[in-house]
Amino acid sequence: MGFYSLSPLRQRGSGEGIAIREENACLETADPTPRGTVQPGRRWVNLLLGSGVVASIICFIYPALQYIIPPPVAESPSRFVVAAKVGELKNNSGKIFRFGSQPGLLVRLTDGSYRAFSAVCTHLNCTVQYRSDLREIWCACHNGLYDLEGRNVSGPPPRPLEVFEVHIQGEDVVVTRTA
Amino acid sequence: MANSNRKSPNWWDQRFGPGIGEFLRHKTVPVNRHIIWYYLGGMTLFLFIIQVLTGILLLLYYRPTPNDAFESVQYIMTQVRFGWLIRSVHSWSANLMIFTAFVHMFSVYFLKAYRKPRELTWLSGMLLLFILLGFGFSGYLLPWNTLAFFATKVGTEMAGSIPGVGKWLLVFLRGGQEVTGATLTRFFGFHVAVLPGLATLLLAIHLLLVQRLGMSVPPSVEHAIAEGRAAPRSMPFFPNFLLRDMIGWYAALGVLGGLAAIFPWELGSKADAFAAAPAGIRPEWYFLFMFQTLKYLPAKIFFLEGEFAGLLVFGAGTAVWVLVPFLDRRIGFGRVTRFFTGLGVFVIGYIVVLSALALR
Repeated sequence: MGFYSLSPLRQRGSGEGIAIREENACLETADPTPRGTVQPGRRWVNLLLGSGVVASIICFIYPALQYIIPPPVAESPSRFVVAAKVGELKNNSGKIFRFGSQPGLLVRLTDGSYRAFSAVCTHLNCTVQYRSDLREIWCACHNGLYDLEGRNVSGPPPRPLEVFEVHIQGEDVVVTRTA
Repeated sequence: MANSNRKSPNWWDQRFGPGIGEFLRHKTVPVNRHIIWYYLGGMTLFLFIIQVLTGILLLLYYRPTPNDAFESVQYIMTQVRFGWLIRSVHSWSANLMIFTAFVHMFSVYFLKAYRKPRELTWLSGMLLLFILLGFGFSGYLLPWNTLAFFATKVGTEMAGSIPGVGKWLLVFLRGGQEVTGATLTRFFGFHVAVLPGLATLLLAIHLLLVQRLGMSVPPSVEHAIAEGRAAPRSMPFFPNFLLRDMIGWYAALGVLGGLAAIFPWELGSKADAFAAAPAGIRPEWYFLFMFQTLKYLPAKIFFLEGEFAGLLVFGAGTAVWVLVPFLDRRIGFGRVTRFFTGLGVFVIGYIVVLSALALR
């Protein structure tokens, strides 16, 4: 539509650059091309101009669309993290620690040994916790339960939790990603 | 809209009446040798829309806390795809918008378009300009860099020097006695909620008045028409004037993209409240003339504090400028008063010279 309208504008522009309403009417009736049809040369100009404008508009929108999609979050550069200090956790208790951008769960069992898991519930990504009364890992969001091997034992979770290795290095409880 | 009218003549009219379509068909823009100035309001509006759009995009990643603000802008500039482009366009467009708003204001001033019956259009336009300056001042702090931190300290301290309300105003602006994270949160709130709300309201009033009263014909052209030396000329707003407007907007997009690509907006270093202000610190260019004036003012002028005396003079000058449609009475009868034209020339000269001195 836009370039059809440009035609009378350009013709007027060659004069004083002024459009008087009456002049506008005159120009439209003086145009030898019947209303609604376009000369072949004009059609090419319209096509070239139109595709140029469309291409440039795509250029304006493309960066905005790309911008909306966030860059991937960098994974933890190291495969291990100090999750706690030795003696920090009592027997039969748990603690959430930060493993890269994800939460991890460190559990100290009743016998004093450690287990570590990803704290991200396999159901809907809630963060799980250790329940000392149940001696199991519990997701509060939808009542999912995992045993101390990380296996999903009841409720909606579809898969076991990712299990991490735990080593004691001096005073540190170090958790290592195996996969 | 016009097309839908043609296809189903009753649908639109049944709901909204024939008003808008009829209005667009009959709206005209005066044609005279000053026509170039009529495009500046539309250009400012276009740049404002660019600000709204790029601002919304920046909101997707920006975090308004002192710990995160700088890093989040850095993240936008370095990690997010085209983040550098979006942020640079936002910063460049902000500056160009203030520039076109100033040129629009001065063109309206010198063409005496503020005269009866357009006093309220002028007033709403002046309020919009103040809001744009508020956008600039509040947005400047958001990257939480050293320059912005100290510029905000100075700016809010100036507000604090006003007797009576100053202390209250300072605490209100800063969210406490000092520029801290609380100030950042506040400025963020002003920048993305309070000012956009006010701007939208005022813009609606301003545009409604422009539509209601039409564009002003300068007194010199009016005289020539009245004396038969020239014929009244006009062009249809839709599509003729609007298409010309759009060519300007399209060019503006090209200029913005070019500026953003060639001169990406700098981020500087992260603000540190316990570091000394760096050398060469200064505010955005549109506050430079005030900043430079404050440098020249002595500590005491008569019995007044220097900076307060400066604010008083600027305040009085601004009041005269805002109220000019009511002070320049003769222009209501089509007679141009030299004093007001001279005042305009003086104000432009003052702003240009003092800004240049500040940049030296």
